[in-house]
Amino acid sequence: MSEHIVYPRVYVAIFLALLAGTGLTVLAAFRDFPGPLNAVVALTIAVVKATLVVLYFMHVRYSPRLIGLVIAAALFWLAIMFALTISDYSTRGWLPVM
Amino acid sequence: MEQQREAGTLGMWVFLVTEIMFFGGMFLAYTLYRYQYPEAFAVASNHLDIRLGAINTVVLIFSSFTMAMAVFSTQVGKRLNSIIFLLVTMALGLTFLAIKAVEYHDKYVSNLIPGTLIPGHPFNPNVHELHLPPGVATGNVEMFYWIYFAMTGMHALHMIIGVGILTVITILAARRCFSPEYHAPVEITGLYWHFVDIVWIFLFPLLYLLGRHLEGHMG
Repeated sequence: MSEHIVYPRVYVAIFLALLAGTGLTVLAAFRDFPGPLNAVVALTIAVVKATLVVLYFMHVRYSPRLIGLVIAAALFWLAIMFALTISDYSTRGWLPVM
Repeated sequence: MEQQREAGTLGMWVFLVTEIMFFGGMFLAYTLYRYQYPEAFAVASNHLDIRLGAINTVVLIFSSFTMAMAVFSTQVGKRLNSIIFLLVTMALGLTFLAIKAVEYHDKYVSNLIPGTLIPGHPFNPNVHELHLPPGVATGNVEMFYWIYFAMTGMHALHMIIGVGILTVITILAARRCFSPEYHAPVEITGLYWHFVDIVWIFLFPLLYLLGRHLEGHMG
């Protein structure tokens, strides 16, 4: 398997998409969405932007699947760290302290 | 050769995994404290300069694009183009750091550097300037600034290291060390640079944007 070359038109398209995402997230920040939706919208846009960078600028889309596995493992462990810690903090005070 | 190149890329990714966990810890701290002190964090966040933050986001995204173009130019053997793109990437990295320095200086002038990091210049916010709602402790605002300086400071350190690596890579490129057959160092440097960009893609909305929609709703 030889190296896959990504051509500039792809990079330009991703660059423009990232700029659009940045503009969108700034606009969305000043709108008052109900509940926690502001955070959801901001994080969704950030995840989409990061995914574009990883897949195209960092060539993961054209790389061996092993690379994808390494990234998935990292995200999995990150999720464990967040899930266990937040489950602790968010449930404190549920029971009265004796 | 092909196997060597792939092994190098994999090794870089394993390093980036450790970096994800490193920054992940700080993102977790941010999440927990934002959850505990939502008003204080919104107030402190709204005090950051959204315009400089947005400009820096664009600067970094542009630098990621030029870095990707430097990798492409090396892959197709256009040495001069690759050197130009590397130099532009470095210049954009330095632009980012300069704007960050302006922001840090603004915080210094407003006495918003947390704790006594600067001797004789302790954290001492102007409560009226911050529009602090009643019942919100300045200590919780200070917590935001601890996290802000820890995260943007570590990010800036990564940028400085990145510019250093790019300097070496540019010199090597000028000495004709890379070719379409061998350019793993350029590609791996690119991975690092894009990773630092991704960290900022998350830092910008989390530090600068969340809480903007509450402006005007609070005291």
